Amino acid sequence: MSSHVIARIKDVRKIYRMGTVEVEVLRGVSLDFYSGEYISIMGPSGCGKSTMLNLLGCLDRPTHGSYILDGQDVSTIEDDELSAIRGRKLGFIFQSYNLIQQLSVLENIEVPLFYQGRPEEESRAIAIDLAKLVGLESRMHHKPFELSGGQQQRVGIARSLANDPVVLLADEPTGNLDSTSGKDILKIFADLHARGKTIIMVTHDTGIGQLTTRCVRFSDGKVESDVRR
Amino acid sequence: MFDVKKLKFDKGEFYFAKQRLKRAVRLAIKTLWLHRLRSLLTVLGIVFGVCSVIAMLAIGEGASSEAQDQIKNLGSQNIIIHSVKPPEEQKGSNARQNYVLDYGLNYLDLARIQITIPGVDVVVPARIIRDYVWNITERVDCEIFGTTTLYPILRNQHLGQGRFFTEGEVEAGQNVCVIGAEMADRLFPIESPLGKDVRIGGDYYRVVGVMDPIVRSATSEEISTAIPVHRMFIPIETAKIHFGEVLMKRRSGSFEAEKVALHEITAKVGNPADVLKVSLAIKTVLEKFHAKKDYEIVVPLELLRRAERTKQIFNIVLGSIAGISLLVGGIGIMNIMLANVTERTREIGIRRALGAKRRDIITQFLVEAVILSGTGGVLGVILGILVPFLVSYLAGMKTIITLWSPLIAFTISAAVGVIFGMYPARRAAEMDPVEALRHD
Repeated sequence: MSSHVIARIKDVRKIYRMGTVEVEVLRGVSLDFYSGEYISIMGPSGCGKSTMLNLLGCLDRPTHGSYILDGQDVSTIEDDELSAIRGRKLGFIFQSYNLIQQLSVLENIEVPLFYQGRPEEESRAIAIDLAKLVGLESRMHHKPFELSGGQQQRVGIARSLANDPVVLLADEPTGNLDSTSGKDILKIFADLHARGKTIIMVTHDTGIGQLTTRCVRFSDGKVESDVRR
Repeated sequence: MFDVKKLKFDKGEFYFAKQRLKRAVRLAIKTLWLHRLRSLLTVLGIVFGVCSVIAMLAIGEGASSEAQDQIKNLGSQNIIIHSVKPPEEQKGSNARQNYVLDYGLNYLDLARIQITIPGVDVVVPARIIRDYVWNITERVDCEIFGTTTLYPILRNQHLGQGRFFTEGEVEAGQNVCVIGAEMADRLFPIESPLGKDVRIGGDYYRVVGVMDPIVRSATSEEISTAIPVHRMFIPIETAKIHFGEVLMKRRSGSFEAEKVALHEITAKVGNPADVLKVSLAIKTVLEKFHAKKDYEIVVPLELLRRAERTKQIFNIVLGSIAGISLLVGGIGIMNIMLANVTERTREIGIRRALGAKRRDIITQFLVEAVILSGTGGVLGVILGILVPFLVSYLAGMKTIITLWSPLIAFTISAAVGVIFGMYPARRAAEMDPVEALRHD
């Protein structure tokens, strides 16, 4: 592959302290993710895949080890800088969509742009383009509760693309959807992959894992297998 | 070059801040509107807090200014000495016994005050007799002031029509009188009283003037020297001729006679700064010649000072009440904002994941709190201005809204929003994004 390393984690450990008990969720994980890859992270619940995704998404910092995202070491930086990196370089897609209920579709898509201080007209233009991209041009002024689950997830995808992120992070994006809507969503993912987007997706569905170009399997806080297709 | 660059950067930063604030305000309004009832109930705490502050201050200000006006009407340069029945006589007096009580001020006192005490400009004596005044069949229970020409000027009572009696009329003891507007209305409902006669007992008096009516209010009873409703002025010599010095009073079946030469002496001090010193001098002189304390010295200036002190205490009390009510309102806001933060934990997580910094979250919740308290402040100011008007209209009390009271009340209410919104906002911002996203 002619692509470069976009995210490199090296000997990452994550220890949670619950009272006096220490739980080591990640026990020394090293992985390189390349640009343009479509990666699925799989494993039984409690294996540390969600923690991995939180670390990759700069929502959390590793207890030990380093994380270099897009050439920048982000394992030790301050909270405000982490926010800025999330806003600039990362896109999140959640299992339960996580749309803001009081905002319309377009306003939801604009949220990441707002925190980057983009002018309103520019944000609005980007949001409209993205709504069209995910096929929601007729629902742009609806509120989330007026949409179906599949439509809501499409808003979620549009929102994650608003800041043109380096990596898309998806946490069980089809987990709350019926199979038809799920397929629609996965088709959008495939399209995005075809356009060169780097996607990291946590899932427990082996069928979905088959669609990706690389499948990382976690077990008990460690990488069990790392298969490229 | 460097300066220009810096300037540009600052402008961009400012533009961004302005944009962000504008959107934060819009978002806050949207969110608050989503929970209309809750927002309204929260705002009410501040509304009533601010409203009560302004209304109470306005009513308090009105009442004290009224009291001060009355005191000023007595004349701040005046010292007023009344004859009072000495306390021993009152105790010892037997209801069945008839004898003449001799007490009070006399012409010698008048002369002593006028001549021996420096700083006294004018002294005006008055005999005050209570009797019925008749016009054919109409009668009025009236206080008759036998006095000299200077009385109305010294006591700030103004002539409405006609003239006051002259010095010549005083010396000659002529039967002329000036009556109050209130009794003029009663005795002469249709025609003008000027030039007509009124009757007291068997004597007739020619009405030469009518005094202006007295503006009365709910609080006028507070001051003992308040002007009686029905009043009539006659020359003091005339009073001496017709009423003598011994007055008969019917009391519980027996008669009681009092001998009082003068009921009241008003002394005007030339220099306002000397009023207190002169009043002390008068006290010393009177003490020397009156074995019993059968007089009372009223210094309007002192009353005025006392009224001002009372007002200060009043303001402090009001201020504390206002502070407490605004504190309660603020706690209400904090309570709601805390509930708000808990309820919207997930939204906070989402926003943090999408790039919101801690200060963005603080701004968002702080703006909401300030909008709540600010709206409460505005509504409270409006209500607080309306209530005093209503009180004036319904209860007939004088109210004064000073410019600073709405300003201060509003400023405090806005500050309350910042102070009590800060803690919930901080709590929202301190939340761990991962935890917040997991919350439901």
